Amino acid sequence: MFEKLLSIDRRIIFIFVAVALILPLFLNISQYIAISPEVSKIYDGLEELKPGSKVLFAFDYDPPSAPELQPMAEAVLKYCFKNKLKVYIIGLWPQGPMQANLAIEVIRDDPQFADTPPVYDQNYVNLGFMSGNELVIQGMGSSFQSTFPRDYQGTPTADLEMMNGVNNFSNIDYIFNLSAGYPGTVEWVLFAVDRFHATLGAGNTAVQAPQIYPYFHAGQLQGLAGGLKGAAELEKLVGFYGKGTKFMLSQSFAHLTVIFFIIIGNIAYFATRGKKKQ
Amino acid sequence: MRREIPMILTGFVGFVYIIQFFVPHAPFDIMEGLLTDWMLIIFAFAIWLGALNLLKVSLDKIYRKGKDWQYSIVTVFGFLLIAIPGFFFSGGRRFQDPGTAFDYIYQNVYTPLSATMFAMLAFFVASASYRAFRARTKEATMLLLAAFVVMLGRVPVGDMITQWLPEGYRLSQVADWIMNYPNMAGQRAIMIGIGLGIVSTSLRLILGIERSHLGGEE
Repeated sequence: MFEKLLSIDRRIIFIFVAVALILPLFLNISQYIAISPEVSKIYDGLEELKPGSKVLFAFDYDPPSAPELQPMAEAVLKYCFKNKLKVYIIGLWPQGPMQANLAIEVIRDDPQFADTPPVYDQNYVNLGFMSGNELVIQGMGSSFQSTFPRDYQGTPTADLEMMNGVNNFSNIDYIFNLSAGYPGTVEWVLFAVDRFHATLGAGNTAVQAPQIYPYFHAGQLQGLAGGLKGAAELEKLVGFYGKGTKFMLSQSFAHLTVIFFIIIGNIAYFATRGKKKQ
Repeated sequence: MRREIPMILTGFVGFVYIIQFFVPHAPFDIMEGLLTDWMLIIFAFAIWLGALNLLKVSLDKIYRKGKDWQYSIVTVFGFLLIAIPGFFFSGGRRFQDPGTAFDYIYQNVYTPLSATMFAMLAFFVASASYRAFRARTKEATMLLLAAFVVMLGRVPVGDMITQWLPEGYRLSQVADWIMNYPNMAGQRAIMIGIGLGIVSTSLRLILGIERSHLGGEE
């Protein structure tokens, strides 16, 4: 029997994972989400901002990472719009500004924002994508307008009302970076924080987050949200529950499934190891 | 001269960037701004170059009927499918606006396809973990236990299982401890090593000791 357990067909594992991921989407079980100190720090940083403060969002990810990062983007954007913070969007990834548009569309459709939907050039501007990776950040340290001469719609940046008085990082009160790799949080820390002394909070994919912890503990990063759990924590803190919280149940089941199969594999391994030696 | 001029340019640009980091005043800040603008332009050209190269290589493969040339048809089709509506049928500069043809393809083709590719990782990770994650040695056992704690601690079910434990010993808190101490120590060691490597390689490039990027032998 243990030999069979040692060589379970991978298609059986795939079915278990699929069920673990899909079934919870139809269940209505509320889970307690503990807030970690690193996510709590992001919220503390946002809470310190007064209405009218300027928040720069760097959307450095593409659709594959959206399940983890899009809920973070939506939660923090909702917080910003609710608290009348001015939002500036850029992307070091070509797909980033599109992801920002999707998040804003979701907010526009949210009944909680029916009376006060975000308005372009009043509540937010989207400066679009600029190629150049960390050099874009370096350029923004000197001048936003020379780095982004036009917004994503082609309007000259100088003509945007929200860009009045926004020249470089010294005019930005908080940067929130959503990152799935390179260029991303590391580059924002190295250039915007270390070089231009900006305040930076970051949302990262679960895979990337462990690499970012040293920056958080060194004080270079003001706060860090990692993976879907980070998104759920952010949603809980800002009070706008979305996909981060909803999908936590699927992730819980999936993690339990993976652990279950690892345990089975190890039991079978130890049970058959003695026989093999004989 | 084919090697000397790129070497001089590399050294000059490298020194300008190093000096302006510590002396952010004229003339170095002006030179840094100018060089940054140049590099942004080169990056923009590189995107065009990459896109056109992809098209050239794929079309060449189809023409020659190279190995797996059928996949190149899909590549060219995908390229044209998003490039043509983006350039010509999506309102010019406003091609990223909601409701354009480009936006439709982005939301209904590109996003589901790329999300599907990434989502398949969940299945392969589960299968690979089952096959490879064995407590064969002391180190592997420690890794396995840490993985269990982090996997459970990073989802609410971890705290549900251990809510009877005193504060500070619950799975989410132990997972936080693993991330904040052992993980961070390891990451710092790696980062310091990488950092030293980058500094030494950069210095070799700037000083003209490292010449392999110029092509040919050193």
